[in-house]
Amino acid sequence: MMDFLQPTSWSEALRIKSERPGAVPVAGGTDVMVELNFDHRRPEALLDLNRVAELAEWSEEDGRVRLGAGVPYARVITELGDELPGLAMASRTVGSPQIRNRGTVGGNLGAASPAGDSHPALLAADAVVEVASVRGTRMIPAAEFYTGVKRNALEPDELIAAIHLDVARGPQQFAKVGTRNAMVIAVCAFGLALHPEQQRVGTGIGSAAPTPRRASAAEEFLSGELTAAGLWSAPRPLTDSVRRRFGELVAQAASPIDDVRGSAAYRRHALAVLARRTLGWVWQDYCGGSWPACA
Amino acid sequence: MTQRTSARDSVRELSTAVTGGIGESPRRPDGTLKVRGEFAYSSDLWHEDMLWGATLRSPHPHARILSIDLTEALRTPGVYAVLTHEDVPGENIYGLEHPDQPVLAVDRVRYQGESVALVAADHPETARRAVARIKVEYAELPPVTDMVAAAKGEGPPLHPDGNVVRHLKIRRGDPEATADVMVVGEYEIGMQDQAFLGPESGLAVPAEDGGVDLYVATQWLHVDQKQVANALGLPLEKVRLTLAGVGGAFGGREDLSMQVHACMLALHTGKPVKMVYNREESFFGHVHRHPAKLYYEHGATKDGRLVYVRAKIYLDGGAYTSSTPAVVANAATLGVGPYRVDNVAVDCWGVYTNNPPCGAMRGFGAVQAAFGYESQMDKLAERLGMDPVEIRVHNAIAEGDTMPTGQVIDSPAPVAELMRRLRRLPMPPENREEPVDIRDMPGGVSNTTHGEGVVRGVGYAVGIKNICFSEGFDDYSTARLRVQTVGGEPAALVHTAAAEVGQGLVTVKQQVVRSELGIERVTVAPMDTTVGNGGSTSASRQTYVTGGAVRKVCQTVRQRIFELAARKLGHGPDGLELAGGKVVDASGVVLADLVDVLGDDVVEETEVYRHRPTYRVDSETGQGNAHVQYGFAAHRAIVDVDTELGLVKVVQLDCVQDVGKAMNPQAVVGQIHGGSAQGLGLAVMEEIQVVDGKVRNPSFTDYLIPTILDMPPMTVDVLELADPHAPYGLRGVGEPPTISSTPAIVAAIRAATGNALPRVPVRPEHITGT
Ligand SMILES: Cc1cc2nc3c(=O)[nH]c(=O)nc-3n(C[C@H](O)[C@H](O)[C@H](O)COP(=O)(O)OP(=O)(O)OC[C@H]3O[C@@H](n4cnc5c(N)ncnc54)[C@H](O)[C@@H]3O)c2cc1C
Repeated sequence: MMDFLQPTSWSEALRIKSERPGAVPVAGGTDVMVELNFDHRRPEALLDLNRVAELAEWSEEDGRVRLGAGVPYARVITELGDELPGLAMASRTVGSPQIRNRGTVGGNLGAASPAGDSHPALLAADAVVEVASVRGTRMIPAAEFYTGVKRNALEPDELIAAIHLDVARGPQQFAKVGTRNAMVIAVCAFGLALHPEQQRVGTGIGSAAPTPRRASAAEEFLSGELTAAGLWSAPRPLTDSVRRRFGELVAQAASPIDDVRGSAAYRRHALAVLARRTLGWVWQDYCGGSWPACA
Repeated sequence: MTQRTSARDSVRELSTAVTGGIGESPRRPDGTLKVRGEFAYSSDLWHEDMLWGATLRSPHPHARILSIDLTEALRTPGVYAVLTHEDVPGENIYGLEHPDQPVLAVDRVRYQGESVALVAADHPETARRAVARIKVEYAELPPVTDMVAAAKGEGPPLHPDGNVVRHLKIRRGDPEATADVMVVGEYEIGMQDQAFLGPESGLAVPAEDGGVDLYVATQWLHVDQKQVANALGLPLEKVRLTLAGVGGAFGGREDLSMQVHACMLALHTGKPVKMVYNREESFFGHVHRHPAKLYYEHGATKDGRLVYVRAKIYLDGGAYTSSTPAVVANAATLGVGPYRVDNVAVDCWGVYTNNPPCGAMRGFGAVQAAFGYESQMDKLAERLGMDPVEIRVHNAIAEGDTMPTGQVIDSPAPVAELMRRLRRLPMPPENREEPVDIRDMPGGVSNTTHGEGVVRGVGYAVGIKNICFSEGFDDYSTARLRVQTVGGEPAALVHTAAAEVGQGLVTVKQQVVRSELGIERVTVAPMDTTVGNGGSTSASRQTYVTGGAVRKVCQTVRQRIFELAARKLGHGPDGLELAGGKVVDASGVVLADLVDVLGDDVVEETEVYRHRPTYRVDSETGQGNAHVQYGFAAHRAIVDVDTELGLVKVVQLDCVQDVGKAMNPQAVVGQIHGGSAQGLGLAVMEEIQVVDGKVRNPSFTDYLIPTILDMPPMTVDVLELADPHAPYGLRGVGEPPTISSTPAIVAAIRAATGNALPRVPVRPEHITGT
């Protein structure tokens, strides 16, 4: 027998979680229910968060979005496409309409699968995860949130409250390779964001390492090239060698494996291609000049 | 749709006075329920007081069973029975043509997923937990996994007669023939799954007479009945089957799955027992498409005429026989394709291995061979600098030609015409406008390209399939028809045991009765074993054979009605016709209402229909009239390939097919769409990945089937060239479109990439070389 707990407020949810750390939170249920169905998990209790209204809200303040952990992908796509373009693009690639109506970014973080599609976008955009417990609140940068295959930085009494991201101040892209044209788990994925105000580039790699991760060397290389050549304020087309080098560095940052979905060699190859292409797209967009930092 | 009828069209003048007859597309009787989600599938069956069955399966592809300990399972509260091979009441063996598979393993398991023990409990979860508590001690054996080695007799035998199930040779003309040009190729086909959406399921209800009533989703009630009765040790009449709602089949329900198991548990516990496989178990619960290795050598003259074809074809049948002998027959007898070749030497082997058992799947044997011979035709065209359509037209078989088996094709075989028509179809526009709609790009919504690296390719293919059962099989169907007055109207009840698996046979049966008898109100009785054998819903045969049986019983019933009319009207029975609920004379003058002729009489007749006989081919030469009818379809595929990422978007897939007579044009086009989609799946994504005898992807997470963004729009051109030997001139429709779709798509990918692509499904790595 399994208890089904349905708090109606955030404080009640936190209290239950502290009293029963074994209770498994349910947001959209698109991961949890699959695990229960397969009998991969037999929790003592389910903690249904769907009645906690504030989890399904988002707000914007001072150029920063606070995205409630329970906002489904469908709403990220329709309501936040301009503010969070990278995350919205990633959301668009998740599952099917049914899954996007139920599934949430909070759930993706909770599951912390290396193949979760929101992660590369969150990493590239410097997202920060707000987690809470009766003990208080912690702000964890996305890059520190993923701790292992399907493991994250949550303590047993903690819940994910929200994700904080800047409203995009530069172009963002997300691309994922799958062997079907829709409804497919990533063979590998890549997120890219330009942060012109900081003269910095953000990246995220999915499905090509035990956890989602940034391609730090690639970020540093590209940021350096753009800054050194003064391209942030006077954008010009990038040379092929810069784009190629960026792709190589992204591929090198991965540590993929061979599995049923694809070979390690293919994943590296494809990541390099995705990195080059997405860089081409963001840079073309940036050169279009509609971004504040462009002169 | 192209409407063409040949001069020899033998279709009798059909009554036009009723609607919903032959040639129309009336609504399916089960259509509304299915669309609304209200149709009861076999997994929805329910009975007061019923128990749930579950199966323990072998985790090993090959092992000895040293011991089975049921203690813990039996102790589980809620468990009613735990059964093993010792509890099989009858013969512990089953199989379609050659019974060789134990109902429950005795001392050896030959594939991962083989059934070892059964549990019945009051809750499905309890049953599953009890299954997990059965302790089986195995001694693992090295698995036999290489089909070519098995064909050569290497490795330990898995069955008493060794590992070759069947070796068939086709020999025609000069085995040493030489030619101006020669191309060779090695090809490989991965293991495809039927991936029907309704998992294996059924409900067995013990009866007071000691027998059992089984409600089940199957393709062939009577062959199930025979095997179940044998395993239960019961006479046939004590095992009664009724078809439950079938959620797709495609061949995967021709073999038994849970039938005997549920009946054993029901008879043992005295309670109704339901069994439903989940998706993962389903991947282990039915046979798959035979993986194949094919070695071809084609010789041709400089102007592109085939001189000889030599081939070796290996088919991996897995652990048990299932349909392997018939799959071998198809691959061998159709091994050169729909082409004229005077010198043929084909060797085809079906073998046992410890891989998952393979059996029937849409187009079996023909699908595997077509990927080989069509790839070869393209290779030959390239070598000769010929157009791929031209080379096919040049060598196309036609009516009156002789197959490599010596069988003369005695009905239309418009292969050249199919190709010409395909070539004339308009091309889709190139997707090169800015901004691109990424849904039209390789990778689709995953946003991998906005046009970078994308190259378009076009490919053609044509295929051939035998329709109905071949090689001397006594292939027949039975139809019972009752006509009476109901509520002042003439009404007909048509009853067969032929399984409706979604293809629309229920509609066709109604259409036949309406056209033959002019009666609009036609009810389809539930399909069960209280009427004679309807044969299998496979080999594209039901409209032909059961349609033929329904026509035949209509003719008998009509005759009976005319006799009634003669008695009541004083008009001789000759020269009467039925139309629009009336009895009319030859000149169309209404003599009486059918209801008045019927009065309170009930006219009921049962008829059996057989197609013309076929013969077993000679095992050394393959010569013989093995097949009843041939079906032909051809495809043109247009693909966009992201050559850097190896991702494919099939932009358009067009099909031209001859169906003899489109009994239900909408259903015909539906079959062509579905078959083409299944062929697309095999071309670019569908594969059960097996390593060392173990399945690595038994779920829809990693066994991918095409979505609506993968399956492109189709232009379908249907020809109706009547076959004078078939009822209404019709030709089986279901399988041919599956056959040519795959090679056409791969040809298009080759055209776009220049890669050899000798294996399907094509994976991104095959295109990128990483
Ligand atoms: C058919 C199908 C297709 C899919 N396709 C994709 C895809 O393309 N890409 C992809 O990334 N994923 C995919 N998924 C997986 C899944 O939809 C996503 O991971 C989704 O983001 C999960 O969100 P959810 O709200 O449904 O999470 P749930 O299933 O409710 O929860 C997921 C995990 O997070 C935990 N959790 C949820 N909310 C909180 C919280 N507030 N605090 C702490 N822990 C929490 C849960 O306990 C659980 O461990 C697919 C799933 C299915 C069934």
